Amino acid sequence: MNEALSHHGDAHADSGAHGPDKGFKRWLFTTNHKDIGTLYLTFSLIMLFVGGFMALVIRLELFEPGKVLINPELFNQMTTMHGLIMVFGVIMPAMAGLANWLIPMMIGAPDMALPRLNNWSFWLLPFAFSMLGSTLLMSGPAPDFGWTFYAPLSTTYGPKSTDFFIFSIHMMGASSIMAALNIVVTIFNMRAPGMTLMKMPIFVWNWLVTAFLLLAVMPVLAGCVTMMLMDRHFHTSFFNAAGGGDPILFQHVFWFFGHPEVYILILPGFGVISEIIPTFSRKKLFGYTSMVYATIMIAFLGFLVWMHHMFTTGAPFAAQLFFMYVTMLVAVPTGIKVFNWVATIFKGSITFETPMLFALGFLIMFTIGGFSGLMLALVPSDYQYRDSYFVVAHFHYVLVSGSLFTIFAAVYYWLPKWTGNMYSEKLGQWHFWLSVIGMNVAFLPMHFLGLAGMPRRIPDYALQFTDFNQICTVGAFIFGFAQLIFLYIVYQACFGPRKQALTNQVWEGAHGLEWTLPSPVPYHTFETAPQIV
Amino acid sequence: MQRFIARLILFIGSCCLSLAAFAIPALNMPYGVSPISHQIYNLHMAAFYVCCVIGAVVFSVLIYSLIRFRKSKGAKAAHFHEHLGIEILWTAIPTLILIVLAIPATWVLANIHNTEQSQLTIKVTGYQWRWKYEYLDQGISFFSNLSTPLDQINNKAPKDEWYLLEVDNPLVVPVNTKVKLLVTAQDVIHAWWVPSLGVKQDAVPGFINENWIYITTPGEYRGQCGELCGVNHGFMPILVKAVSQTEFDQWVKQHQKRAEHLLKIESLTLNKARAATHVAHARNTVELNAHE
Amino acid sequence: MNNPKEHKRLVLVLVAGVIFMFGFCYMLVPFYKLVCKQIGFNGQSVQTATVPSANMPVDHTRTIKVDFVTVVHGDLNFQFLPLQRHIEVHPGETKLIYFYAQNQTGHEITVQAIPSITPSDAARFLKKTECFCFTQQYFFNNERADMPVYFYVDPSVPKNIHEMTLAYTLYDQTGFIKKQEHFTKGRIDL
Repeated sequence: MNEALSHHGDAHADSGAHGPDKGFKRWLFTTNHKDIGTLYLTFSLIMLFVGGFMALVIRLELFEPGKVLINPELFNQMTTMHGLIMVFGVIMPAMAGLANWLIPMMIGAPDMALPRLNNWSFWLLPFAFSMLGSTLLMSGPAPDFGWTFYAPLSTTYGPKSTDFFIFSIHMMGASSIMAALNIVVTIFNMRAPGMTLMKMPIFVWNWLVTAFLLLAVMPVLAGCVTMMLMDRHFHTSFFNAAGGGDPILFQHVFWFFGHPEVYILILPGFGVISEIIPTFSRKKLFGYTSMVYATIMIAFLGFLVWMHHMFTTGAPFAAQLFFMYVTMLVAVPTGIKVFNWVATIFKGSITFETPMLFALGFLIMFTIGGFSGLMLALVPSDYQYRDSYFVVAHFHYVLVSGSLFTIFAAVYYWLPKWTGNMYSEKLGQWHFWLSVIGMNVAFLPMHFLGLAGMPRRIPDYALQFTDFNQICTVGAFIFGFAQLIFLYIVYQACFGPRKQALTNQVWEGAHGLEWTLPSPVPYHTFETAPQIV
Repeated sequence: MQRFIARLILFIGSCCLSLAAFAIPALNMPYGVSPISHQIYNLHMAAFYVCCVIGAVVFSVLIYSLIRFRKSKGAKAAHFHEHLGIEILWTAIPTLILIVLAIPATWVLANIHNTEQSQLTIKVTGYQWRWKYEYLDQGISFFSNLSTPLDQINNKAPKDEWYLLEVDNPLVVPVNTKVKLLVTAQDVIHAWWVPSLGVKQDAVPGFINENWIYITTPGEYRGQCGELCGVNHGFMPILVKAVSQTEFDQWVKQHQKRAEHLLKIESLTLNKARAATHVAHARNTVELNAHE
Repeated sequence: MNNPKEHKRLVLVLVAGVIFMFGFCYMLVPFYKLVCKQIGFNGQSVQTATVPSANMPVDHTRTIKVDFVTVVHGDLNFQFLPLQRHIEVHPGETKLIYFYAQNQTGHEITVQAIPSITPSDAARFLKKTECFCFTQQYFFNNERADMPVYFYVDPSVPKNIHEMTLAYTLYDQTGFIKKQEHFTKGRIDL
């Protein structure tokens, strides 16, 4: 990728602009949105393997009843770190990377609004995760209370490493807030003349809504972990009943952040799918306006449903009813989006390149995850599902075959634009099919395990759960190793020999400003804004 | 068109297979032995069938489109991207379906919340990592610990049938009796969960929650802790033994005799002298208050 | 439009929003307490003494069974028991009950009992005029005491409520000791 960009940087640069620096200084000090996008995506890919390794350790331990590999203490640390890394270290940075690469090009802007802030947003992340990762090397346990770190397990009973965890979360939060700030300002202030909000690419719309969600709830997470820190060290009792506090308050505060957080994880992905499906159906996105309103509805409703993570805590009847009804209601705008995607495909002219494969895999499997979500919304049923493997199945369906698949789709779709190199379609298909098979083999049986009564976050289980656990482990390994293919594909496209030259448009049905640029894109683009009609 | 029908049948067939999977006991939520567990099971299956139908419709249209409108088969893209009528339809119909699902869910939840008129009250306390059961009116109190030997966990001995689901002292309750459970915890948050009884209740330190069980069939019903509570979260199971009323009465008598940690409430309240002091003290205090 | 000045205003507005949301998180704490008080969840509305009105009517047509339950938190070495398992009260009728506590920790200690009431729909109707849970309680080593609670169930409690449970969890207050009276009116030392 270095070569590609530096080859064309000078040729297409406007006067006064220059190509990228050489060496590591370039990556350390860059304020170029393309470089920062690359940094985010590379970081995310590395973290995918780190978190994935932890997942495989977990699945190995769960291959059989009895102690297989690690003791329960380390197991709890693995589940906690796996969750934290995947949520904060893979999905969020990858989506931020896509935002950085694509938003300026899609709106005809030369860069993000605040380029130096952009650099800092990224570089906070390696520091944050080094701090978090270092807890595994400390004497005493790393964080072992689940990625949801409920009090008092994480406050009064939390290990010493919890404080490092708190600071790490603060840094990740700051990174996300600054990135979101940058995105909102860029989208509001730097659109090319003639591009009204309702003419923006839908990916940009989805990221705009996501950025507002981030700005609203990441500070709440910051407040939550600060209160934890104060309870642990400054004798406050926010979450400690001893001093008049309330452990349930922790859950309220956390999930007030936590539920919008899961929409933060998926909405940019929805945007990606809304770009890819029209291209490979050669048909305009069905219902652009309703897609925008549906996204806004989902984000808005997302603030009103947090207590559905707390149905068994002893909530009053009326509260449970309210949250059940509003949670069910979220299915309506989400359903509208799914129907719109299907309607885009219907009577289109469809081809099945890898981005489209991942988009279709997403469409089917995210919908399945949505169904289990609807079942979870029903309070009496939730009494049986909660904290069981049914929940684990649900969120892996919506996060892996949901968010992660959209990230894969995005990379396959735009990598040719970024690098000027078409990825190997054959290998891409292998990656897709192995991922789909691995993913389903790993997570479909978890629905049954949860229904049969297997709790989550346990390192060892009763004998009747053995068979399905073994199937899940096999699937996890298939899925995990399939990602090595992706690694190779990305490496090949970035550093491999140039195959044939690519056109600007790359894909026959692609529309949008980024597809008017050469492939690979020059280091600086849209130094003069295009006029939109 | 024929190929489409063939594939549609294949799709529906595989859905039915997965439904069959649900019929195998170990793979679906237990129907259970409590009226609440029955109601929850029925609600769960109803929601599942609704999802299946919606999925079948949506996925059929999708798969049909993927087959019929392939560019390789010469499909040319149409040019519509809006249709108000159909958009209203697919907003209204899901909303109606949701309302239809919400009604039985509300009804079952109301039943769960009705803890009145219980005949037995048991206080359940979650500890790291065991449960304590106290029969408040009978004066019985004991801990219930995992009884699976460590050797089995460390693979030094073969695992028995109820590996990780067996305890030293089960919770014994009579059948056909509404038992109120008062659930709390002594350290961190735990959760008391027995799938066959359709009950899961968080045990929160500093708080008391209530729930109820009603078991229709004698037998042994097992569950596990349902909230991460530390290292041995997976090693604090629950065993509920439902017996006939006579067996239960006998069990109570035995335990009242054997119990060393009896709550000596009866002896305390029978302390008449003490009671008299209290009354006099109370009267004085009340008078003091009146003059202040 | 890559001029920093153009973005300043929007950035300031958004930063203000972020700071507001951080503050909002802290505001959630009293806001939560307020909501719990309003809906009477867990008896949060009755953490201070309630003086019954002089002419409070007593509803003799029904009784409510109030169960008493105690928990000692953590590994605190304390005996803490209700002297009565339950009591039948008429709504509007004031009752006096005692809880026995003995300090077995081997040293002096200050503790606090945190109340909790269930069911949540009825919690706000159980009102206390005097309770050892209103203040922290000091115990010297081996001290034993009977601690009183004067309470009544408000007559406006819904007709479908027949049972309630009042639970106390006893916490060690080391590190949280407040400057307040550490005895309650009516506490009887044994």
